[in-house]
Amino acid sequence: MAERAQIAAAFRATLPVLFGYVPLGAAFGFLFSDLGYPWWLAPLTGLAVYAGSAQFLGVGLLAAQAGLLETAVAVFLLNARHLFYGFSMLGRYPGTGWAKWYLVFGLTDETYALLTSTPVPAKTHPQDFHLAVTALNQCYWVIGCGVGALLGTNLSVDTTGLDFALTALFTVLLIDQIKSATAMYPFAVAAVSGVAALWLLGPDNMLLGALAVSLSVLLIGRRSGLWAS
Amino acid sequence: MGELIYPLAMIGVMAVATFPTRALPFLLLRGRENHPLLVYLARVLPAAVMTILVLYAVRGIELGQAPHGLPELLALGVTAGLHVWRGNTLLSIGVGTGLYMAVLQSGVAG
Repeated sequence: MAERAQIAAAFRATLPVLFGYVPLGAAFGFLFSDLGYPWWLAPLTGLAVYAGSAQFLGVGLLAAQAGLLETAVAVFLLNARHLFYGFSMLGRYPGTGWAKWYLVFGLTDETYALLTSTPVPAKTHPQDFHLAVTALNQCYWVIGCGVGALLGTNLSVDTTGLDFALTALFTVLLIDQIKSATAMYPFAVAAVSGVAALWLLGPDNMLLGALAVSLSVLLIGRRSGLWAS
Repeated sequence: MGELIYPLAMIGVMAVATFPTRALPFLLLRGRENHPLLVYLARVLPAAVMTILVLYAVRGIELGQAPHGLPELLALGVTAGLHVWRGNTLLSIGVGTGLYMAVLQSGVAG
């Protein structure tokens, strides 16, 4: 019984991701179905790659009959932001074994955001909660990819704007983090870096640039004693 | 089957190229979780990343042309306000997203 309550807690935590991932995965499925391949390759991509922006890029690369090496480099660079997530999850994902490496594999933007902001429910082993959240999120994504590819453009429900759920999720998690924060400088450093990157690098390249600048400033600030570490 | 080789190879390559972006920190820094620098990063990076993800999520807003990002700003304001007031994650996200969908689909935002 305890296990059911734990899964219910993980389900509640991941509900916003359900509303964001299904339409976003379906959008990938729609685009993928235009390539003319069997529909099941779309959910297979969600299962094996599980990275939203890289999968959208992949549709373009498949359509252009891009080379494998070119694809590998482009996908690695696009996903390089994940390196920053790993740096701050080392302590939260201890141990070894398949469970740890599945958690690492499933570390998307949304999963990282949820797991760094949501306290592990009482009487729950942290790794069980992390696994449930990670696996549920991937289920939503794979279902979305499959539904989108199966329905193609036959879908008659107007889901315009539903993907705002992910923007709202990040906003809510940011507010939760600010409420429980002991120091404000990481938010301030990131806000300035983010706006500057948006302005200087443009919307498509801001994410990696802002993360790199924030990391550098946070490291330099600590070293030079700008703020107590 | 022949026509499946290329897409399957592409999917495989994409998977193989994505996993290291998530796994490299864990592989390179194994056993150093308690290094002061990594403890520091574990404390400050989530706050920085979350701030940047919010900015990234609204990156596409065109402030310069109609509707000047008003649907996004309205929905974000309602989401944030509701969350500061009630602190109920699902309520904040549900109302904010519902409002955003209503504004977009009603066409009032042009």
